[in-house]
Amino acid sequence: MTTNTTPDVNALRAICVELRADIIEMLCLAGSGHPGGSLSAVEILVALFWGPLRHDPKNPGWPDRDRVVLSKGHGCPALYAVLARHGYFPREELWRLRKTGAMLQGHPVRSFTPGIEANTGALGQGLSVAQGMALAARLDGSARRTHCICGDGELQEGSVWEAAMSAGKYRLDNLTAIIDFNKGQIDGHVAEVMPLDPLDKKFAAFGWHVITVDGHDLAALATAYAEAAATKGKPTVIIADTVKGKGVSFMEGLIKWHGVTPTREEADRAIAEIRAAGAAA
Amino acid sequence: MSATATRDAFGKALAALGEKHPEIVVLDADLAKSTKSELFAKAFPSRFFEMGIAEANMVATAAGLALSGKIPFACSFACFLTGQFAEIRIALAYSEANVRLVGTHAGVAIGEDGHSQMGLEDVALMRTLPGMTVLQPCDDIETARMMEFLVAHRGPAYLRLTRQKLERVHAENHRFMWGKLDTLRPGRDVAILTSGSPAKAALDAAEMLRDDGLSVCVVNAPTVKPMDAEGLEAIARQCGRIVTVEDHTVMGGLGGAVCETLAERFPVPVKRLGVQDIFGQSGDPDELTALYGLDARSIADATRALCQEKTPV
Ligand SMILES: Cc1ncc(C[n+]2csc(CCOP(=O)(O)OP(=O)(O)O)c2C)c(N)n1
Ligand SMILES: [Mg+2]
Repeated sequence: MTTNTTPDVNALRAICVELRADIIEMLCLAGSGHPGGSLSAVEILVALFWGPLRHDPKNPGWPDRDRVVLSKGHGCPALYAVLARHGYFPREELWRLRKTGAMLQGHPVRSFTPGIEANTGALGQGLSVAQGMALAARLDGSARRTHCICGDGELQEGSVWEAAMSAGKYRLDNLTAIIDFNKGQIDGHVAEVMPLDPLDKKFAAFGWHVITVDGHDLAALATAYAEAAATKGKPTVIIADTVKGKGVSFMEGLIKWHGVTPTREEADRAIAEIRAAGAAA
Repeated sequence: MSATATRDAFGKALAALGEKHPEIVVLDADLAKSTKSELFAKAFPSRFFEMGIAEANMVATAAGLALSGKIPFACSFACFLTGQFAEIRIALAYSEANVRLVGTHAGVAIGEDGHSQMGLEDVALMRTLPGMTVLQPCDDIETARMMEFLVAHRGPAYLRLTRQKLERVHAENHRFMWGKLDTLRPGRDVAILTSGSPAKAALDAAEMLRDDGLSVCVVNAPTVKPMDAEGLEAIARQCGRIVTVEDHTVMGGLGGAVCETLAERFPVPVKRLGVQDIFGQSGDPDELTALYGLDARSIADATRALCQEKTPV
């Protein structure tokens, strides 16, 4: 997809810059957490939360809201930064991430944090939970849509494929899975640890509509979400090609930064770099 | 005092034992860096299986390897192993497969990652399986001895390990005795029974309680199953009151095992310290340890309170 230079996408790009800076700052202050998979998911979340998602931060319990399940729960700094910017809770909470008694837990917890739909952190469960939400929406006759964000390593869990199979069986066209295809996990590269190829064919064989997209291209993601909503009779999976650690040169593509947080000096360097790249764009 | 995480002691011992025992094979599920099975993987790449984030498959594969004469160590966080209880129950325990399940990141002391990554029910679940040995070392020395035991032992076993460093409480020449309690400090008035990480805090609590004129016995339970029923009864007869301490839910773990055993043999008042009927949460490891009542001061306070209670008739 060619770069779309409408003001809209430019505004979203500026938001991505701010979110990435927030993520780095949060993780630096927390002293633990997962930068790589938080940074890779920024555009996926922005294109959704500043795009088709129907939600009301003032009324997080609105029954007909669209649902977002972050199945790769360790990526929650990205979601927290998004929720804060939408006013689900005060921004100051970001700086208390992972502290004793904090609203923002190391992995998402519904009862602690407004805007969190399901408790995750054990990989491989979110897609089933999202499927349950999608089935309930159908029973309720509600137009609400359910989105589930999974890691690529996470797809190694057998339970993901049980969910893929049943969502295919039930033709859950109100369900969209987004794969943060960043090619890294903890012990190494996904292709070495446990290869997933051909991922698109696997999902297609399970009865899903498959979209492959540049996961950092906001316009392409917007088109993908629209295509998912328009697809009838099948669930849709958006395989978002991303870079783990996106936006910070010394983190990009490096397995090491999965679960290591930046020092103050590294964080300052990262934030300066993120802002400079944003200004230049 | 030297302090070592029991996962580190495990990783070192595993790699060393791999040299002598070619039938040892190791499986991990994308946490080899954290469980420390990585050391074995580097030394013996052909006997290491990286299963990816797929613990159910790992557990049942380990069972198949064991049923074919190998000695598999299957490693992950404790909470992700128990997540696959269906496989542990049938493919592994029921088949009497000679698998060693190694669950690291025990308890609230993992800190900031929060409840979803904390092993809090693993001892309880593993204890319910017939034939399953449940081991929990309290320092590096005990870990090393247990690893030697586990290579020779027949039958399924579970080894529970910590992320955090634990101060050494045993001498270099300490001997681990399977199924036996291990007295760390003699005493008459009350016994503090611990398994795993709280050993040092229990010893410190005993020291604090000297000022109260209490003679506190501190006992380590490296084997939670099979529980040393005779040894436990002897302690109950001698001290008359017992405090159990574990970084685990108080239901079904060490505290549960102690209460079940004593209720049928020699009931005495017991106070169970550990995670009560609540979830874990994120936080600084030391703050959480205190919040959940597992630091030396909390143990001392609870022990003192138990001693002040009237003995029931
Ligand atoms: C069931 C389960 N097993 C293991 C883990 C530990 N873990 C946390 S993150 C992670 C790697 C995840 O890789 P991926 O899904 O690709 O996420 P991303 O690259 O987006 O961070 C693992 C193994 C877990 N959280 N849940
Ligand atoms: Mg990944």
